[in-house]
Amino acid sequence: MPVYSLEVAVVLLGLVLLMMEAFVAGKDKRFVAHTALLGLGAVLVGSFFVDRTPDASGFWSFYKADGLAMTYKAIALACTMLVIVLGLDYIPVLEKFTARVGGHGAWGEFFCLPVFICAGMMWMASASDLTSIFVSLELVTIAFYVMVTFMRRNVGSLEAGVKYLILGALSTGFLVYGFTWLFGVTGQTNLDVIAAKLNSGTVATVPAMFSFALILVALAFKIGAVPLQFWIPDVYQGAPTPITAYLSVGSKAAGFIVTTRILQVFLGSEALVHNCTAILLAVACATLLVGNLAAIPQTNFKRLLAYSSISHAGFLVLALAAGPAGAFGLAPGQIVAYYLAAYLIMTLLAFAVLVVINRTSGSDDLNAFNGLHQRSPFLAFALLVAVASLAGVPLTVGFVGKLLVFAAAVKASLWLPLGFAIIGAVAGFYYYLKVLRNMYWNAPAGGTLPAITLSGLTKATLLLLIAATVVLGVWWAPLFQLVRR
Amino acid sequence: MSPLDLLIFVPIAAALAMAAGAPARLTALTAAVVNVAVTVWLLVKFQYADGARFQFEATRMILGEPRLGFNVGLDGMALIMVLLTSLVTLAAVMMRPVKAGGEALYYSSSLLIAAGAMGAFVATDLFFFYAFHELALIPTFLMIGMRGTGDNKDAAWKITVYLGLGSLVLLAGLAALVIHAGAAGGGITTFDMAQLRELAPKIPASVQEPIYLTLLLGFGILISLFPFHSWAAPAYASAPAPTAMLHAGVLKKFGLYGLLRVATPMLPAGAHAEWIQHLLLVLLLGNILYIGLVTIAQRELDLLLGNSSVMHMGYVFLGIASGTAIGFSGAVLLMFAHGVSIALLFALCSVVREKTGTLQMSRLGGLAKSAPFLGLVFAMASFASIGLPGFTNFSAELLVFLGGFATKPASGLGAVQIATILALWGVVISAVYMLRAFRRIFKGEPSEATLGATDLAFRGRLPVLLLLAALLVTGFVPNLLMQAVAPFAEALAKAIVIAP
Repeated sequence: MPVYSLEVAVVLLGLVLLMMEAFVAGKDKRFVAHTALLGLGAVLVGSFFVDRTPDASGFWSFYKADGLAMTYKAIALACTMLVIVLGLDYIPVLEKFTARVGGHGAWGEFFCLPVFICAGMMWMASASDLTSIFVSLELVTIAFYVMVTFMRRNVGSLEAGVKYLILGALSTGFLVYGFTWLFGVTGQTNLDVIAAKLNSGTVATVPAMFSFALILVALAFKIGAVPLQFWIPDVYQGAPTPITAYLSVGSKAAGFIVTTRILQVFLGSEALVHNCTAILLAVACATLLVGNLAAIPQTNFKRLLAYSSISHAGFLVLALAAGPAGAFGLAPGQIVAYYLAAYLIMTLLAFAVLVVINRTSGSDDLNAFNGLHQRSPFLAFALLVAVASLAGVPLTVGFVGKLLVFAAAVKASLWLPLGFAIIGAVAGFYYYLKVLRNMYWNAPAGGTLPAITLSGLTKATLLLLIAATVVLGVWWAPLFQLVRR
Repeated sequence: MSPLDLLIFVPIAAALAMAAGAPARLTALTAAVVNVAVTVWLLVKFQYADGARFQFEATRMILGEPRLGFNVGLDGMALIMVLLTSLVTLAAVMMRPVKAGGEALYYSSSLLIAAGAMGAFVATDLFFFYAFHELALIPTFLMIGMRGTGDNKDAAWKITVYLGLGSLVLLAGLAALVIHAGAAGGGITTFDMAQLRELAPKIPASVQEPIYLTLLLGFGILISLFPFHSWAAPAYASAPAPTAMLHAGVLKKFGLYGLLRVATPMLPAGAHAEWIQHLLLVLLLGNILYIGLVTIAQRELDLLLGNSSVMHMGYVFLGIASGTAIGFSGAVLLMFAHGVSIALLFALCSVVREKTGTLQMSRLGGLAKSAPFLGLVFAMASFASIGLPGFTNFSAELLVFLGGFATKPASGLGAVQIATILALWGVVISAVYMLRAFRRIFKGEPSEATLGATDLAFRGRLPVLLLLAALLVTGFVPNLLMQAVAPFAEALAKAIVIAP
C-alpha cells in the first residue's frame, strides 16, 4: 500500500467515529474512544509496512516519505493514542464541565477530533511544499481551537481558547506573510526547489532574511519558543488536561518537523547560513533562559509543565542551530526527532499522573500532590520517573536526548549557548524536583486522604511508559533505529 | 554474565522486591550480605599480578555507532572501591531508622545509592560510568528531605542543585572528550574506556588542557574541591546516618575515581600542563588548610565531621597531583581509608545524637562514663581519621606524602614539594579538631544531656565493629590492599609519562 493511505485511513477513521458518535444510541460514548484506539493502533502497525517509493506523479512534490517523516508519523499516532487514554480517565471532569444544568455531558467528540488532528500532524510530517505545509498546519490548529475550549462551562477553558485563537491567528498571519515573501524571492513553493534557488547565489538576501524572520516567528508559536512563547502557560493551564498534553507533545512535534524542513532550506544556503544561525542561537538561548527561569517560582503543576515545555523547545532549537554535523552519527533533524520521542514518553507519563490527581482532587496545584507517596506509592513513583527523565537524570530516556543536544553543541564549539543550556538544566533540577518534595517530604493536606484506585487501562499505560522511560534510557538502540529509518 | 553484574543488580532487585512488599530490613540485609560475599569471592579470585588489567569482564553491545555497551570489568583500583562500597553498604543497612514507618523507602534508598556507586566503579563504558553515579541523586534528595535533621530541607536542595551543576559540567567535559577523541581517531565515536585510552591521548595538547580543566571542575564539584565545597558539610550534617555514610564514604570517591580512571590517563597532556597542576595544588591546599581551620571552628559534631571529610579530600588530590606511582597508590588507599573511617564516624555521630539528643559539643561531656564502648570506638575512629599508625589512613597518607617527593627536581623544591610540606600541617590540624571533639564529648564531667545516656546495645555495635575491623586489618596489613593497587598505580604512572 502507498504511504499516503495512512493519512487516508486516519481521516476515514475520524469520519466513522463522528458517525458512530452521532447515530449509535446510548449515553456512554466510551466505545468511540475504544474504537479510535484500535483504529489508530492498526495504522501505527501498518506504518511500518507501507510502500515508501515515490512515483512520477506530481503528488510527490507536495509529499515526502523519508525516514524523518515516518518517525514523526509514528510520534503523532502514539501521542494521539495516549491522549485518548488520558481522555478516558478525564471523563468525569469533562462530564462536569460540558453538562447543562440537570442534564448529561456531551463529550463524544472529545475522542473524534484528536483523530483529525492526528491526520493533520501526519500530513505535516510529510509536507514538503509551502501550500501543503500551510493546509496541514491549519487542519491541526483549527481542530485544536475546538479542543482547547471543549469544557464550555469552564471559564478557564474558554479563556484559554480565546487566547489560543487570537495568537494562533496572529501566527498564521506571520506564516502566510513569510511564505509570500519566500515565494516572491524564489518564485517557487516546493521546498527542495526553493533550497536550490536560495543556494544558487542569484537571490536577494535581504528579502530572504525577512521571510526567514517572519516564518521563524510563526514557527516559534507552534513549537513554543521565544518570541511567541507567552501564550503557553495560560493556554496549558486552562485547556482540558489531556489536550494540554496533546498541545505539549503532538503539536510541538508537528511544529518541529516543519521547522526542521524549513530550516534545512535556509541553513543550506551559503549566503544566509551565517545570519540564520546567529538568529537561531539567540532564539535558543532566550528560550532556554525564559523557560527554565520562569519555571522556578511556579506553584501550579500544569503551568510548571508549560514552562518546562518552553525549556525543552530551547534545547531542541539549540540542536537545530548547532549545524549540520549533529552528534554521535545523528543529523540535527534526527537528534530533534529522538529528543521528541523521548519527550513524548516522559511528558505523557507526567500528564497521565496529573489527570488522575486532577480527577481525584479537582486541582492542578503542586499542593494537590502532597503526601502522594502515602496515598498511592505507584503514582508517586510514576511521577518520580517522569520528572527524573524531564530533568535529564541518566538512565532515563530524557537524559539521552539531552546528551545528544549537549554533544551537538560541543561538536560545534558553541560554548556560550552550552553555558545557557547548563544553567537551564540546573534550574530544571530544582523545579522538577519540587514536585518530589510535595509527594515525598510533605504530609497530605487535610490529614489522610483516601487511597487512589486506578483503572486497568491506566495502570497498564503508566507501567508501559515507566518501562519505556527506563529501558530506552539504558538500551539506546530502538530509538536510534527509529530515527535512522 | 559476570559476577560484577550481581554487585549492581542484587541491590536493585532488592529495592524492587521491597517496593513489591518484601520485608524491608531482611531483604536489604540479605542483599548487602550477598554483595559482601561476592566481593570476598572477587578478592580471592582476583589475579593480583595483573592488577592493571580489567578482569571478570563482560561486554554487551548496545550500539555500534556510536560504540556503546553495558560493559563491566574490575582492575586493582576498582577492586578496592568495590570492597569499600560493599563494606559501607552493609554497615549502612544495619543502621536502624530513627523514625518508624516508610522502611521500604529508607532501605531501598541506601541500596540504590550503593548500586549506583557499584555500577560507576565497575563500568568500563564511559556512559554507564557517568550514569550510574547519578542513580544516587534522587534517593539522596528524598532521604535528606524526609528523614534529615536540622536545616535538612535547605541542605537537600543545596546538595541536589550543586551536584546537578557538577554533573552537567562533567557531562559537557565527557562529551568533549568523546567527540575530540573520535575526531583524533579518524571519526570513531566510542564510549568504551579501553578504546578511549588509546584514542584520547592523541588529542592535541592545546585541546586536552581545556577538556581536562572542565573535567577537573566537574569532578571537583562532586568531590567538594575548594571552593566548590559548600554543599558538603551541611548536607552530611543533616542527612540520616546511612545516607551520610554512603555519600561521604563511598559516593564522593566517584569524582576521585574518575580523575584516576578517565581524566588523568586519557588526557595526559592536560594532567601534565603546569598551570593546571599549580591551580590544583592551590585549590587542594584550600581544602587542607582553609577547610581544616574551618573544621576547628565547628561547634557541632555533625558539621565538624562534614567539614573534615571535605578537608581530607585535599590529600587524595595531592596524591593525584603528584603524578607518581607512589602518589597514585596513596590516593587510592586513602580513598578506601577515608571512606571507611568517615562512614564509621557518621555512624557514631548518629548514635551520639540518638543517645543524648544533641550534637552541640558545649552541651556534651563525660559521655565515656555512661557509654564506655561508644567512647572507645569513637577514640579509635578519631585516631584513624587523624592518620595514626595502625590504621589504613596512616599508610595511605604516608604514601601520599612520599609520592610528593618522588619526583623532586635536581635542586631546590618544586611546586608539588612545597604543597606537600604545607599539606603536612593538615595532620596537626586534624589532630587538633578530632582530639578536641573527643575530649569535649566523652571526657570531663557528665552534662545534663549525657547523664542518662546508655551505651550501644549489641546489635548497634555490629556495624561500627565491622568498619573498625576493616580499618585495623588493612591498617596492620596494608599489603592486602597494596597488592591490588600497586600494579594499577605503576601502569598509570607509566602511561602518562610515555604519552606525547
